[in-house]
Amino acid sequence: MSSEDEMIEVEGEEEEEKMQPTGPSLDDYHGIMNRANKCPNRHKKRMDVAKAKKMKAKMKREERKRKAREADALGEDAPPREVPKTLESLREFDSTTVTPENSEDMADDEFSSYFAKSYVPKVLITSSANPNLKTRLFLKEMERVIPNSTVFHRRQAKIKNIINQAKDHDFTDIVVINEDRKEPSSMLISHLPEGPTCFFRLSNVKLTKHIKRDWKEITTHRPEVLWSNFRTRLGMGVGRMFASLFHYEPQFKGRRIVTFHNQRDYIFFRHHRYEFKKDGSKAALRELGPRFTLKLRSVQKGTFESKTGEYQWIITNKRHKMESSRRRFHL
Amino acid sequence: MQSDDVVWGIINKSFCSYKVNTKTHKFCRNEYNLTGLCSRVSCPLANSQYATVREENGICYLYLKTIERSAFPSKMWEKIKLSRNFQKALQQINENLVFWPNYIRQKCKQRIVKITQYLIRMRKLRLNNSKKLVPIQRKIERRERRRETKALVAARLDNVIEQGLLDRLKAGVYGDIYNFPRIAFDKALEEDEDEEEEEIEEESDEEEGGKNKEIDKELEEELEREMEEEDEEEEPERVFVAADDFEESDVSDIEDIDAGDVEMDKEIDDDEEQGSSDYSDDDDDGVDENVPKKSIKPKKSSTSNGKAAVKPSSKKSTATKPGPPKAKKKRGKVQIEYEYELETEKV
Repeated sequence: MSSEDEMIEVEGEEEEEKMQPTGPSLDDYHGIMNRANKCPNRHKKRMDVAKAKKMKAKMKREERKRKAREADALGEDAPPREVPKTLESLREFDSTTVTPENSEDMADDEFSSYFAKSYVPKVLITSSANPNLKTRLFLKEMERVIPNSTVFHRRQAKIKNIINQAKDHDFTDIVVINEDRKEPSSMLISHLPEGPTCFFRLSNVKLTKHIKRDWKEITTHRPEVLWSNFRTRLGMGVGRMFASLFHYEPQFKGRRIVTFHNQRDYIFFRHHRYEFKKDGSKAALRELGPRFTLKLRSVQKGTFESKTGEYQWIITNKRHKMESSRRRFHL
Repeated sequence: MQSDDVVWGIINKSFCSYKVNTKTHKFCRNEYNLTGLCSRVSCPLANSQYATVREENGICYLYLKTIERSAFPSKMWEKIKLSRNFQKALQQINENLVFWPNYIRQKCKQRIVKITQYLIRMRKLRLNNSKKLVPIQRKIERRERRRETKALVAARLDNVIEQGLLDRLKAGVYGDIYNFPRIAFDKALEEDEDEEEEEIEEESDEEEGGKNKEIDKELEEELEREMEEEDEEEEPERVFVAADDFEESDVSDIEDIDAGDVEMDKEIDDDEEQGSSDYSDDDDDGVDENVPKKSIKPKKSSTSNGKAAVKPSSKKSTATKPGPPKAKKKRGKVQIEYEYELETEKV
């Protein structure tokens, strides 16, 4: 509890005493805490601390009530409600933020043909050379999540060769999942035939098994895609890339929704089945899994090219210019 | 030549810095050694005439040492570059070691075979498994994990997803799949509001408040009319009862409602059953028949429906509930999330 809060409480207490003298005061609280500090009996000490905490909570509650009462009394003159300061609300301004005014040329990137519905996405999913069981299961579930996708068991094949072959077989995207210490650790998404390629850190992978579901529960209907909270040009590009993995015409019958939500540069993937309830005023969700989190590491022009590729955007692991502030976000 | 024996005597009997003694063998660490073993014939120090093959940056060289140059340590070894072609290299060795001991010639050839093999293997490895290990800084990894959990809390994913879905529903993405009267009503209301605005623009002289009230009344009347019309059109009036049920007991599936109705019928007395049948039939019939009470009932329900649609949250609790739904409430919630066949019927 910071000193500022205590100050407020002291003020509130004084006013309250004028109106109604009963109720615990800050002095009582400190008295009890002092007693607890000096008390050699641990049991009594704990009891005292618990009591003091309860008292403090009560004081806080009453303070809030008092403020609400005052606001009611003042009516329209009441001071505006305080908005909590969060990392989101204090986010540093990014000059590439997409607004309705400057978003006209957003549409003509590599994915414009997808959004013009000129082709149906066909996705190839593969992994590192010799994947562990968990990664294999993850691949299987991803195959279920993404419509019109196939899992390719890579063995020793090189990504570049796979990409060339995939181009010949009319694949439009390729997803490579790498693992580290038997856990899926990174994801590479490459749009074919002309890129771009995004590399993500992959974390917190929870399979359907871990959230107590069955992957067979995932129906084969084409899901809806919800990508939200992507603000900058880079973010929009990434969001469009995710969207272009899925068929543009969802089958609403399946009531599946796949979500890519960006929060503080972490992209959360979730997969739900929904149902509208209460006359369409509420939507009930049932998570189907899998779930995972992505964090963008690099964006590369063209398809995957580790040595000679041209990077549009890259962030290294180290703290440097790109990570100048905690309130600076790139997506 | 005589000094060779002296050197070997020292190396063999006392000490050599290149010598490695193991339980089974004696090895030599000298890089000019032809075989790697410590023996009289393969010792590069104790033989004044000696030859070996070495590899430097992928290129093989034949090294020759002769007794004539033993006085000049800086020029002791003659270095001959061998061809990349294996056959040619063998030929070169043969030519250069024509009158040399057979043992050395043979071992040089063996050595070049070994070197070319490991060079091929190295190139293959370099081409195939170009895996790059990237260090992960523990502190940074920890920081990212921590921030991720915080971001997850801040994201409130369920709310975001629900809101996204509702927005889509409102925007009409789902088309005719869902038939929620409230949303249709909202839409109608919006359209009417647009019209209102136009009208207001046209007739700006009139007082706004009164007019709004009038329009509200008109709206309500219109809605009632619409509802009644719908009642007349659709033969089972259950739909509206079901709507009430939705609000109260959270059940939203047609089959469940049907089942509920069946149960209701069983539970309710004869009179009420009649009433319920009235309830489910057309309004006009009910009016024509002898029971006035029940003829009023459907109207009430329709109006309450309309009001509930306007203010669903506030009116729900105050609205008077008819008997049948109460009886239904006993059933408790039904999980219907898994049922697909029903959904197909709906769609």
